[in-house]
Amino acid sequence: MKVTDSPAELLELLRHRDPEACARCVQEHWDGLYRLALRILKDPQEAEDTVQETFLNAFRNIDTFQGRSSIGTWLFRIAYNTALMRLRKTHRETVSVEGSDSGDGEGEPLELFDFSNLPEEEVLNREVQDQIQAAIQDAPSNLRTVFALREVEGLSTAETAEVLGLSEEAVKTRLHRGRLWLRQRLSRYFAERERLAGDKPNGAR
Amino acid sequence: MERDECRRLLGSLSAYLDGEAEARVCQAIQEHLASCEDCRVVVDTLRRTISLVHQTPLPELSPAARERIWRVLQQEGFVGGGDF
Repeated sequence: MKVTDSPAELLELLRHRDPEACARCVQEHWDGLYRLALRILKDPQEAEDTVQETFLNAFRNIDTFQGRSSIGTWLFRIAYNTALMRLRKTHRETVSVEGSDSGDGEGEPLELFDFSNLPEEEVLNREVQDQIQAAIQDAPSNLRTVFALREVEGLSTAETAEVLGLSEEAVKTRLHRGRLWLRQRLSRYFAERERLAGDKPNGAR
Repeated sequence: MERDECRRLLGSLSAYLDGEAEARVCQAIQEHLASCEDCRVVVDTLRRTISLVHQTPLPELSPAARERIWRVLQQEGFVGGGDF
């Protein structure tokens, strides 16, 4: 039997611990939850454990879920809190993830190398993709989590605000600053690549 | 890019690119872009940055991790006996 597409019916099935509904819920959300946890913890093993803990917590406490937000938003919120607790335990980051707004390079001169017209094959190779992933990972934590949920997972401003306990205005500002941060990093990378290519005697890339 | 007008418009660029900026803000940005090459580069590269992020393959759980998580959820009785 196919599990229902209606969110209300799905929630009802989850409340009754319907194995098929739970399975579908897991498969639909585990990669997104993993990515959010990875952005916060920067450690694949810790992120995997966070996903597992999130589902166990969610299914054990499904009766406390009011259904005011979507299941996905609720799961992201549990994963976010679980990841934060793990982060504090490991003491790798002493400041709160949503605390400091400093250190995002705002006020630095903007890098103005124009990579907007570079052909697709020059900007979509493995090296550039690795650069993008690394750049997201290096972004200041308060921008990184908003960027991960809004830009990468496609949550709405309101959903992102709910997951992170922020105002919608703060989500918009941080998304914008996260994008500018990434733009700056990529501009520097492409400018440097261009310079190195120019240094080669035959100008080959 | 150090002029006041550039700095002032910089804060609205995401709303502009997302189509969420007010009409008068859009107009101000478009007028400014027509005469400011630096800001045009910032807008174009910001747009390209967003597009590259959306085209980049995303990290996913490894098959081994999926299997491990699935097994734990099975043991707890939350998912059925079959494979995922």
